[in-house]
Formats: sequence, structure tokens, C-alpha cells
Amino acid sequence: MSPGAASASSAGRTVLVVGAGPAGLAAAKAARERGASVILLDSADATGGQYWRHLPAARPSANERALHHGWSTYTALHAELDRDPGCEIVLGAQVWAIEQFGAAPGATPDAAPGADGERTDAAAAAAPAPVAVHVLVGLPDGTARRGRTFRPDALVLATGAHDRTLPFPGWDLPGVFTAGAAQAFAKGERVALGERVVIAGAGPFLLPVAASVAATGAKVLGVYEASRAAALVRGWLPKPWQLVGAAKKGGELAGYVGSHLRHRIPYVTGRAVVAAHGTDRVEAVTIAEVDADWRSIPGTERRVVADAVCVSHGFTPRLELPIAAGCELTPERFVRIDEGQATSVPGVYAAGEITGIGGVDAALAEGEIAGHVAAGGSTRDADLAAAIGARRTFTGFAARIEAAHGIRPGWTSWLEDDTIVCRCEEVPYGRLRETREATCASGLRSMKLTTRAGLGICQGRVCGRTVEELIGAGGAPGALTVDGSPSTSATTDRRPIASPLRIGELAGRAPGDPGGPVDPHTITHRPSEKGHP
Amino acid sequence: MAARMMPSRHDPIRRRDETAIGISVDGEPIAGVEGQSIAGVVLARGRLAWRTTSAEGRPRGLFCGIGVCFDCIVTVNGERDVRACQRRASDGDVVETQHDELPEAAR
Repeated sequence: MSPGAASASSAGRTVLVVGAGPAGLAAAKAARERGASVILLDSADATGGQYWRHLPAARPSANERALHHGWSTYTALHAELDRDPGCEIVLGAQVWAIEQFGAAPGATPDAAPGADGERTDAAAAAAPAPVAVHVLVGLPDGTARRGRTFRPDALVLATGAHDRTLPFPGWDLPGVFTAGAAQAFAKGERVALGERVVIAGAGPFLLPVAASVAATGAKVLGVYEASRAAALVRGWLPKPWQLVGAAKKGGELAGYVGSHLRHRIPYVTGRAVVAAHGTDRVEAVTIAEVDADWRSIPGTERRVVADAVCVSHGFTPRLELPIAAGCELTPERFVRIDEGQATSVPGVYAAGEITGIGGVDAALAEGEIAGHVAAGGSTRDADLAAAIGARRTFTGFAARIEAAHGIRPGWTSWLEDDTIVCRCEEVPYGRLRETREATCASGLRSMKLTTRAGLGICQGRVCGRTVEELIGAGGAPGALTVDGSPSTSATTDRRPIASPLRIGELAGRAPGDPGGPVDPHTITHRPSEKGHP
Repeated sequence: MAARMMPSRHDPIRRRDETAIGISVDGEPIAGVEGQSIAGVVLARGRLAWRTTSAEGRPRGLFCGIGVCFDCIVTVNGERDVRACQRRASDGDVVETQHDELPEAAR
């Protein structure tokens, strides 16, 4: 296909990108370069996502780049999109539902992603994404948010991931935070969450968090990585030649190591925070040695005085929007994508951490590919070669991180019967265990309804996967069953209302009906409809 | 002392021109700067907890810091259930902490 023909068929296409982190920004830029109109949504009031979380414009500084990696990549992406009249950036935009309305006319099997991942311009143009995206725009959790509904030709989902923190006794005390909170408040607020800070959990993310916390002037007492050195070697050492292309990543990690040396931060493997102590706030933690399965080893406990504990054991991809759009998941519970980042739903693409926890470089490459193909391009186009190569370079990272740092089942040895598992509904581990034993209820749904675990205001985002594992519904990820029926979507990741909203907001606008007076090929903005039939 | 904001004069990124604002939390005036989240203003004063849980009456404050966990919700100018880590503080904001009692039947 000639480039001329390609851009002709891209003209007039509209690509909606959800999430303005690295993947979403790269997708928006690539889609614009293909000539599509772009709308870029983010629920925050700034672009950058969690990776490039930064101080607001009201708090200027001379050298903010010192807090970030790849800051010039971010500022260039943002500036280009911000001044581009063909890209509308909508901030404070919370997607609360994605509605499917069946296969669009012309969405023949030929238009679906081919075996080689090729999607022709003609096929893509003939099959607008069969979804409506419902959004509330305004102040976070405000009552005066404005509703908008989009029916784009293509949708790129780049919703990212959030920390997963496993429960341990005392994790509900004030002063225990996720590592992401420490990072967000160091970069986005210049707030140190404590004076004497313990950082623990698993994964390479703990290193930049420690560096950020140290750069707020707090004393980082140590970084405690649950995985043992053997696992780290298993994950990171095989096929080291694959890492050569990822030298930039090596440089980033080397930077953190340098920061750790400067701040004299110990990095200890095979250790976990197994309890936090205090009455109304954390005053100390117990750090124990753990075995290869993360089971705490009796007799190794050591009490450390600390006023802040920042703990993350990995990341949970934000899957509610891909699930709402009808996208298939992999057995590992990421969005299934093809070579062109296309999901199983025609016209819907996914990029970044929702396809695998691969880090910023993978996200940038995936975003570029997704945006390019969503705008009608092909994975064979020459201008995509660099991104395809970069994706190949960084694609092994997710597997390496999982092999080295993946959650091991022995963590449940940290739990006491009164350890809160569901923070919202204050459900202790003992109640989950007793209910499971007394009722033989192994179905996730019935366990949730009986114990209320996972039914709180966070919609199971914090405890959902933990509850699944504790009641045995998890098992092999691919074999997840809910009330007896195998399912990859009827899990705690499934949230038909993708974000909590007020009854008044729901009553004020019924979900737009597909047969309504909306041209499916144009973006529609429907400000605060009242009395929708 | 626990949580605190790095003073701008010590900050290696050289912050400048921050604008002072004031909010109140349960009637107590708290000073902050424009652009801070409500959680940021409160944490910068060393206060770690502000919500009280329904079932156990336990203190909660910031946990995830990125809008996921809803532990930090407060009432802002009469609007309930606002995530303090997501809402920027505006000069004059009246913030009330939340303690939602369980319905009688649920106790």
C-alpha cells in the first residue's frame, strides 16, 4: 500500500486515546502523524501518567528534570500534542463506562486482526470501533462534572497499572503506604511521607521509589526485596545479550544504584516487612527473612523503628475498560494483543502496562505502534520499524520481572486471623477463612457477598486479586472460575461501572443508546444531557 | 514529626514562586500552597490520618496516593467522598473529615 493511499484513508479518522501516560502520549503522537484526529483523555489534571507524575504549573521549579528519567521525552511529547489543533487533550476526564453495541456494519472477519497482525487501511476504515465511551469531565469526584460520550473510529486503551500491595498485620495503620504513593508524593507534591522510611515488597520499581524518597530529604532505612538472590539471577541473567539493546534501561537502573550509594541505602534481598506496629500510626515494622516462596522464616524477625513504610509487591493492570470494551485477556490476565497492538475487538487497541508490566520503554513503543495502526497504518510501514524494534528489545522485560520478582504463594504465612484483607469493608483474613471452611463456598461471587470482601468503594482494586487467591478462586490464572464457570472476565477486574460515580450523575444521563441520534463516525460531545429518555 | 514537605529553599529542583493558600480541616485553619492536593496540604503539616472507618472506628489517611484505594476520602465544601489525593486544594476550601457510621442493622 502506498503511503499516499494510506494517508488518504486516514483522513477524517478519529482516534480516542484513554490514558496520557507514556503509552497514551506515544499513541496520540503516532496517530496524529498518520493524519487522524486525536482526542486524548486522562483522569488526572496533567498528562504524564504515574511515570512522569510532576508538580503542577502553579509550582514552578528550575530543575524538575532532576526528579525524572526521560523528562525531555515527556516534555517534547506533551508540547507537540498540546500545540496541535488536531489533538484535543481532555484532562479531569474519568471514563465511567464503555458500552458495546455489537459488530459495526462492515466488521467482517476480514476486518478483524489477521494472523500476521496486519490490518489494512480499508478494513480499519470500514470497521469503526463498536463502542461508546462515556466520560465525566471536571474536578475529581466533583458534583458538577460534565458528561461526554465518544464514538471514535478507533480506541486506544492505555490505562496503565497500579501498585499491588499484599496484606500483612498492621498494613492498615496510617503511615503504611504503597510505594506508588511515596513516588507520587515525592514527585508530584515534594512531600516526604516520613522521616525514617522503610521501602519493601518486590520488583525493580522499589529502586526509583527509594531514590525519590531520599531526594525529599527523608532517611531511607533500606529497600527490602522479597525475592531471593537466586530468583533475581533466574529472572535477570538468562540470555543477557537480549539486555544489550536495553542499555538505556540499564542506565536508568545504574542511576538508581548510584543514588543508593550516595544516600547509603541498603538493598537487601529475601526480606519482607511481615508486620507493622503501632496504635494509631505506624511506629515500627518487623522485617523477616523469607524463603524462595516468600514464607517468613521463624527466628529471623527483626524490629525496626520507622514512621513510614512504603510497600508494593508488583502491579495490577487497570483492566476494567478493556473488559468493558469486550477485549479478550490472556491467561496471565493482560489484554491479548496482536502485532499491531489490536485487541480482539475490531478498532480497539491496547498499549502499555495493560498488555504486560514491561516498563516505560515498552510502553512508548507499544503506544506508537497502537496509535499508528489505529490511525489506519500498517505494522509494515517503514516509519514504524524503530518502534517495532524497540518493542522487541523491551518485550522480554515483563517476563524477566515476573520471573525475578513475581508474587510467591508463601506470603500468606504473614497473615493473622485479624489481619484486614479488604481495607474498605474491613474484612479480616479469619472471616474469609472461616466462611470458606464453613460454607464450602469457593465461588468468588458468593464469598464476596457473604463476607463483603471486595465490595467496598475501591471496587476491589486494592484487595481483589488477593481475595481471589485467598479463597482459592485464583489457582492457575487461566483456570479461574467464578461460581463454577470458567471465566477470565467475571473476576474482580470486571467493573461495569468503571469508576465510582454519584447516583445523581447516573440519573442525569442514561447511557447513550446505540440507535440514538448519534453519527457513529463522528465524535459526539453531549454536554450534561438532562431528561434523556 | 512525620510527613512533611521539603522546604523550597532546600529543594535541589529549586522551586520558586509558590502561592500561599489556606484551607480549613474540621474548622482548623491549615496553610498550604497552590497546586497541592488536599492530602498534600494535610500531610505537609505532619498529619497522617483523617478518616475514621465505619466498622472498627480506625484511623485512615493516604494509602495509594494515586486515586485507586479511596482510603483518603473527605468532604470538600459539602461534597462528600472526594479523594483527598486527587483534588487540588483551593484557597478557602472547607474540608471535613468523614466517619460514616454503619447502618444499625449491619452492626
